[in-house]
Amino acid sequence: MKPIGVLCLQGDFREHLLTFKALGIPTVRVRKDEDLTGISGLVIPGGESTVIDKLSNIFGLRDSIIKLISQGLPTFGTCAGLILLAEKLVDGTQTQQTFGGLDVVVQRNAFGSQLDSFEEDVDFVGIDTPVHAAFIRAPIVTEIGNDVSVVARLEDGRIVGVQQGNILGISFHPEVTGETAVHRYFADMCKKANF
Amino acid sequence: MTEKSNDKQSTPLVKRGLAEMLKGGVIMDVVTADQAKIAEDAGAVAVMALERVPADIRAQGGVARMSDPDLIDQIISAVSIPVMAKARIGHFVEAQILQSLKVDYIDESEVLSPADYVHHIDKWKFDVPFVCGATNLGEALRRVTEGAAMLRSKGEAGTGDVSEAMKHIRTILGEVRALSSKSEDELYVAAKELQAPLELVREVARTGKLPLVLFTAGGIATPADAALMMQMGADGVFVGSGIFKSGNPAARAAAIVKATTSFDDPDVLANVSRGLGEAMVGINVADLPAPHRLADRGW
Repeated sequence: MKPIGVLCLQGDFREHLLTFKALGIPTVRVRKDEDLTGISGLVIPGGESTVIDKLSNIFGLRDSIIKLISQGLPTFGTCAGLILLAEKLVDGTQTQQTFGGLDVVVQRNAFGSQLDSFEEDVDFVGIDTPVHAAFIRAPIVTEIGNDVSVVARLEDGRIVGVQQGNILGISFHPEVTGETAVHRYFADMCKKANF
Repeated sequence: MTEKSNDKQSTPLVKRGLAEMLKGGVIMDVVTADQAKIAEDAGAVAVMALERVPADIRAQGGVARMSDPDLIDQIISAVSIPVMAKARIGHFVEAQILQSLKVDYIDESEVLSPADYVHHIDKWKFDVPFVCGATNLGEALRRVTEGAAMLRSKGEAGTGDVSEAMKHIRTILGEVRALSSKSEDELYVAAKELQAPLELVREVARTGKLPLVLFTAGGIATPADAALMMQMGADGVFVGSGIFKSGNPAARAAAIVKATTSFDDPDVLANVSRGLGEAMVGINVADLPAPHRLADRGW
């Protein structure tokens, strides 16, 4: 299998690399344009979405990532990564941009401050057992387009996981709780897509 | 203090989780909402709200305390990134107030005047996570025992002299490496010498790493300083006086952010180091009489 690229500009990219390593799935760190060559999928980690947005611009990755997503590269965003994959944002900063790809509206810091962060078991469509997930100053999906399917919701119905074709976006962090199932799920998406 | 609404919030995982998300980033000291906006626009991963930057605390002297809640409120409203604020060492009521203001992290900081020269805050009693400073592994593990969720090496704040930050991160990570090479029966004495709980000492020896995210602080003034700390093994950097006491804060802040990401690429570092105007006027730590060294506060 060709390696899965993990965007290593800022955030918890190391936890994503370690999770794939635990599954025996090869990865490559993406920090420059040329690192995007020959990858089977791309992970956009948790972190600060405003910072990852700026750095992807500064280091010349933004246009290439947008192009690869439009060509069908399997892409997986967690938390800040979900924000960066949304077509529209609520409560973004004035200058904040996204890569887009998911026809959804995402609200940043939707639960409030760090005091409102929490951990929770979440049912995930396509994964048999509930996923133990950390929601850290997490976003939620407030609107979805017709081609978007919901893969995870909180008990109160709020949408915290969506998939549209080869793009997967979730509000939470399975990578910090020792969960491997969602990464396995994404690796299977990459194998199937054979990009 | 606010009551926890359930057992899913403010868990160690949740408290430490935010620190994990800040990794690879720069946390900037700001004293006004305008500075907070400049920091956010430059790519800060969080801001530290305080009344005076360490260089001014040092210059003006007197007792340095928690910031005015109005100032903290203004900074929280001005930015979308996490906001941290400082409480005095041992001043658990300042910490209660900061929690009530809903800051995202509290820094129990030696930059402010200590309120208790014996005890630090019992951080397990709080829902909001804490970051604490340390100059060596024993100090770091004592803060972990008290409930800290993130660590920073202390350095010497307000000097622009990176040598103490270097000394502290070398000491902390060097002691981690030394522990990981010890045999099981040597850990009892190691714990005694570090003055840290045996259980934590065993964990560090077994995993070969600290149990918490470690940022570095105190004297970082240039992109090269930030990259130096990252190459030494820091998870991220705090920049205090170095940005808003320099000639061109916005440009310097953005350059330090880039250097922290591309810390191992000298070509990028050369580029981002150009044309930043004057760095903050520094003080050599060697010229500071011992009673004026902030890193000696806390134990």
